[in-house]
Amino acid sequence: MEFEQERRRTIRARNRALVAVLVGLVALFYAITIVRMGG
Amino acid sequence: MTELSEAPTTAGVRRAAAAGAGVADYFEILKPRIMALVVFTGLVGLSVAPGHLHPVLAAVAVLCIAVGAGAAGAINMWYDRDIDALMRRTSRRPLPAGRMMPGEALGFGVVLGVGAVVVMALAVNLAAAELLALTIVFYVFVYTIWLKRRTPQNIVIGGAAGAFPPMIGWAAVTGDIGWGAIALFAIIFFWTPPHFWALSLYRTGDYAAAGVPMLPVVSGPRETKRQMLLYTLVLWAATLVPWLLGVAGGLYAAGVLLLSAVFTGWAIQVYRDNSDRSARRMFAFSLLYLFLVFSLLLVDHTNWH
Repeated sequence: MEFEQERRRTIRARNRALVAVLVGLVALFYAITIVRMGG
Repeated sequence: MTELSEAPTTAGVRRAAAAGAGVADYFEILKPRIMALVVFTGLVGLSVAPGHLHPVLAAVAVLCIAVGAGAAGAINMWYDRDIDALMRRTSRRPLPAGRMMPGEALGFGVVLGVGAVVVMALAVNLAAAELLALTIVFYVFVYTIWLKRRTPQNIVIGGAAGAFPPMIGWAAVTGDIGWGAIALFAIIFFWTPPHFWALSLYRTGDYAAAGVPMLPVVSGPRETKRQMLLYTLVLWAATLVPWLLGVAGGLYAAGVLLLSAVFTGWAIQVYRDNSDRSARRMFAFSLLYLFLVFSLLLVDHTNWH
């Protein structure tokens, strides 16, 4: 039971980190595009 | 389900088999402490280079340098997982501890490395991207795979990988490699041997157990200490080159002369001392030394220009 909870926690934390990275990448590419177009 | 029914012995292995590594493990294989130094030196290279780069693109360049360095670290941990398990200092890393599967580390490193180079090429320029790719390839293939287990000169030649970041920062601004960039490269290149050998002096047993031919293992502490001293003397000249090239001014020159004198003083202390204590202190000071040299470069450049 404890093992299953730990497994779920690990997967959930990894998924959240992945979402954060993807959102960060979207923001990054948006910023790069704006700057490059402006230059 | 066979992985679960095999009842792995540790909680870490169990978790890795069932759910994969945790976020902290992924972060750890990027070698964040090395990454911090790489980011700082890359940032200084970017700041002192002649020219201007949009702040957003400068931030992207630094991010790419950091991620590229992390990728190289992850691939290094994947390749070295066998010897890492044999050394006390590295045995608790995610791979030897069983918290992460080898394929996860390799895949993570390759994706990050390719991603960092591609983004650098698209957002900044091709010269910086090529240098970043060269850095990763050099660290993985030349240092990790070729030199590390074969020669006591491993960290002398392999140290070039750690010296590239300020050059990448410089190239991000100028689009090429100037003499100033080469001078910054030289500082880290000649700093690496005394820095790393100070560590290996008090970890000789670890390296010997893992079969890594570090200089203290192969030639003994006396010869290692002699070479450390010689490299600190070369650093006097290397650190003054940015001043001679006009990249930095008198404040920098005075500061690095003082710092180099202290660093050489530590090397002499290590040479005379038969215990580990001086080597440990010199290792700690070597980190501070590099940080202060590059800080001086940044401060002096900001005041001077």
